[in-house]
Amino acid sequence: MGRFHRHADGTEHSHDGPDNTDPSTGDHEHGHEGHEHGREGHEHTGDHSGYATGTERVAVLERIFGENDKTAAANRASLAANGVRAVNLMSSPGAGKTTLLRETLARLKGEARIGIVEGDIETSLDADRLAGFGASVALVNTGNGFGGECHLDAPMVGSALPRLPLADLDLVLIENVGNLVCPAEFDVGEDARAMVYAITEGEEKPLKYPVMFRSCQLVVVNKIDLLPHLDFDMDGFLGNLRAVNPGATVIQASARTGEGVDAWCDWLRAQLAVPR
Amino acid sequence: MHELSLCGSIADIVSRHAEGRTVTVIHVQVGQLRQVVPDTLAFCWEMVSADTALDGSVIEVETVPARMRCRKCGHSDEVGDLPVFACHDCGGIDAEIIAGEEFMVTSLDLAAEPAGETGT
Repeated sequence: MGRFHRHADGTEHSHDGPDNTDPSTGDHEHGHEGHEHGREGHEHTGDHSGYATGTERVAVLERIFGENDKTAAANRASLAANGVRAVNLMSSPGAGKTTLLRETLARLKGEARIGIVEGDIETSLDADRLAGFGASVALVNTGNGFGGECHLDAPMVGSALPRLPLADLDLVLIENVGNLVCPAEFDVGEDARAMVYAITEGEEKPLKYPVMFRSCQLVVVNKIDLLPHLDFDMDGFLGNLRAVNPGATVIQASARTGEGVDAWCDWLRAQLAVPR
Repeated sequence: MHELSLCGSIADIVSRHAEGRTVTVIHVQVGQLRQVVPDTLAFCWEMVSADTALDGSVIEVETVPARMRCRKCGHSDEVGDLPVFACHDCGGIDAEIIAGEEFMVTSLDLAAEPAGETGT
């Protein structure tokens, strides 16, 4: 099978077999101009059959998320030691997480002491929008020179937790980076996962991003104030959601008008009441 | 998308097990329910491994189909191409995933190391 790869100058190709490969070494020539490996002794191994003899195979059987999950367990333990519940809030960009959080802070002020971990690729825009509600906000900028991580992982959340006064909190809401793919893969030490889904995203997304939709206990179907203006088929969406995650709780809401936000706050209250 | 950071984790695991020997192939098992794109993983691996002791090694992905077992009737089956987690036999919707969430380094191929040919 060919191996697709790109070089530093942006050229890309795949190797379709051993035609230009010396099976004894795996060395091969690239027939196009404009790139060089820039380093002596660099070998690409386009055809692995040359390694069938003379190699040793060692068993590893190690989970790639192992390190992340270890840190997630440490985060969970540190939250539990302080009597704090954590909810990982995920969505596409623009689905309304930050607006929902603002409404949540306004409603739960004086009732629950809330800290926010705010994942934002480069800016403090979202954290700024949450200022003034009495919540502690720890910002995690995920930009790292490659355009930013597309998710929060357990070490990132672990680095943010000490910047929150955990001993004085009841609830930590982790606002993940807007993305329907990567955040689902990373346990950050949360007790529960919730999604904000905007009806402007269409009915089919649960089928396209089943891992994300399966990973959540709750889906807040947001922006329902726009229902009269869209062709959104709520029953179709709910059917798709049930197909991938039959057990998910669904709350229809509009963070803008406030409809359904109390039901979401009740769900958060129920999380706080779950005995450890 | 997150393949770059995953490659960092893979590099840690591989380095630990290789113990300084030259790695040629890293065998990785990826479940169908993991959102890892093999080509992207290979591309990110080139970036992450470049100019390290693992430079020149490649990742080979073994894809594991998703399987579920119905908690109602006990029927187990492949999930198939559509992400519909209802029992193919009784239509029950309470199914547990029994395969397809794997994501692990299963083994490494190490180069035979005649003197003087151990990479750079």
